[in-house]
Amino acid sequence: MNMQTGMKLSVAETALCEAYDHAIGELPGDGSVLAARDTLISDFKEAGLPTRRVEAWHYTDLKALLRAVPAFDPAASAAKTSPLVEGSTVLSVVNGLADARATVEGVTVRTFKDALADGTAAEGLAARDGDDAIGRINGSFVRDGFVLDVAAGTELEAPLEIQTVQNAGQTHTRFPVAFGAGAKGTIIERHTAVGETAAFVTSISDIALGDGADITWVILQTQGAADTHLGQIRITLGADAQLRLYVINAGGKLVRQEIHVVVAGEGTDLKLRGINLLGGETHNDVTFTVGHDVPNTTSTEVIRNVIFDRARGVFQGQIRVAPDAQKTDAKMSCNTLLLSDEADFSAKPELEIFADDVQCGHGATVIDIDHVQLFYLMARGIPENKARAMLVNAFVAEIVEELEDEPLVEALEGVIAAWLEKHA
Amino acid sequence: MLEIKNLHARIAEDGTEIIRGLNLTVKAGEVAAIMGPNGSGKSTLSYILSGREDYEVTEGEILYNGESILELDPAERAAKGIFLAFQYPVEIPGVATMQFLKVAMNEQRKARGEAELTTPDFMRRVKEASAELKIAPEMLRRPLNVGFSGGEKKRAEILQMSLLEPKLCVLDETDSGLDIDALKIVADGVNALRSPDRAVIVITHYQRLLDYIVPDTVHVLYKGQVIKSGDKTLAHELEANGYADIIGAAAA
Repeated sequence: MNMQTGMKLSVAETALCEAYDHAIGELPGDGSVLAARDTLISDFKEAGLPTRRVEAWHYTDLKALLRAVPAFDPAASAAKTSPLVEGSTVLSVVNGLADARATVEGVTVRTFKDALADGTAAEGLAARDGDDAIGRINGSFVRDGFVLDVAAGTELEAPLEIQTVQNAGQTHTRFPVAFGAGAKGTIIERHTAVGETAAFVTSISDIALGDGADITWVILQTQGAADTHLGQIRITLGADAQLRLYVINAGGKLVRQEIHVVVAGEGTDLKLRGINLLGGETHNDVTFTVGHDVPNTTSTEVIRNVIFDRARGVFQGQIRVAPDAQKTDAKMSCNTLLLSDEADFSAKPELEIFADDVQCGHGATVIDIDHVQLFYLMARGIPENKARAMLVNAFVAEIVEELEDEPLVEALEGVIAAWLEKHA
Repeated sequence: MLEIKNLHARIAEDGTEIIRGLNLTVKAGEVAAIMGPNGSGKSTLSYILSGREDYEVTEGEILYNGESILELDPAERAAKGIFLAFQYPVEIPGVATMQFLKVAMNEQRKARGEAELTTPDFMRRVKEASAELKIAPEMLRRPLNVGFSGGEKKRAEILQMSLLEPKLCVLDETDSGLDIDALKIVADGVNALRSPDRAVIVITHYQRLLDYIVPDTVHVLYKGQVIKSGDKTLAHELEANGYADIIGAAAA
């Protein structure tokens, strides 16, 4: 625990505490939700925002980095946007409130606001642990989101896009999603901003895959250049479940994406693929933990980072293998293309292995553009800036192409190309 | 078309001088073969012509159509019509071959102030040129040069050359690693490009390629200089007697 009682609150901490006092009257929730919120905010007041002294936040000193928190701004205008992949079903949250509520066969959709109002959301509001600043802030303030229940055996024909669109102010959303046994489909979780004014966004997705579910989940974060985005993805995998999880960051000023996976059933396979496109003054932190708690499971984690300007990137990856989780096969790699002398990247891989018959490994590389490849492209008449952009694009496109879903691959490559066009 | 005068060049990183007073003239319409033992500076010459920045020109001049190209970067030289077929074509995972071809063709057109190709026009050109070179469509669907065999890589180089229609083609040991069938296909591709307004420089160790791409002139490179020039019979002489006599005569 971080007992810092009596500490001086920072500007951002004060703003959050005051915002809570101001907002609590209108935040949705029954008595049990209110009690959960009160616990969370009082824990927050006691611990404050985490500093570098908290190990899980060592490379992202939130207290120092989060200088201010904008007030709720109900007047800001925003509207839902067209989906990333044409033909997707869209569930949108605009400025923190559920907007479009499409119906999909085999999927029960409720707003998270309703789940708060009737108290069914109360239990899930608890923080993960004493260092869970995102859980505390989000649980204190969360107003809306969607609760999805995908019936066993459902095969989603088109991607389901959950989108949050934010203009200034604050947004706190939550998306508990349960996939029944054997469910199949693609979910696109997209966080995007309109307007230039700084916004403060937290979002938690609580994803449970039933036995044999086969899911592709893509998180695409394209917040504005002044925005703070604190995201958390909590995942539980049932037996023989397969999850391809893509986390793509291409926006924001201060970003933390936490991914916490519990492998609960045998025979599962997790593929985490991360793409971080960082420019300007962005600070972007991807923190991943996976607990292989049962035998015969596999996971691979591949993180690719492209860093320009004075941006800073962080990847923390922790693989835990429980004593009886024999035959675990887990491989993690983190590759960074550092394109500026002032850019910075920190990688912290951690393996905690308590079983003896496992295969686990990790590797991290930092590279520059390959000069021979650059010369080859230029020797064919491609100007240097364009040739560089092609090579940077190639470095991350390799990961995207693994998806083998042509419209999705094309859409994501479009996002990457557009980002590079702007920053390279 | 190409005039190299008293060229001196070294490796930028460690200052090793590789080209030491090289003179060479190649006219439009000419096919010039450059031969020489290992380490004579053949590949270095090809890199210097195409503008690779690992080499520094310390003295002399390279004139292309009467203008110095030393200040131009590789892309600018390519847009002016200089093409290097690499000895070792570079693999680039994540760059699709077709996308690469299209970008390269259109960037060169843009640099010359020409309109970009339409997609159907581009597709038609690639289809025709790849059929000539017996390149299967599957190969073009792979990332650039990735997983290509040695022969496929060389054919892909000639495909790029025929699509980009350069004015000065430099072939750096295009015959290395090719079996006789692939060699014939590559040679046919090069011969198809021979024209009065185009020059070809063929860099090779062996006479064999020159049976299929018959040169107008042959130049022997040794220690960074052209020590002997002649017609195609010079290549046969080298094949029969080796370099020792010529090197000895030049030293005497």
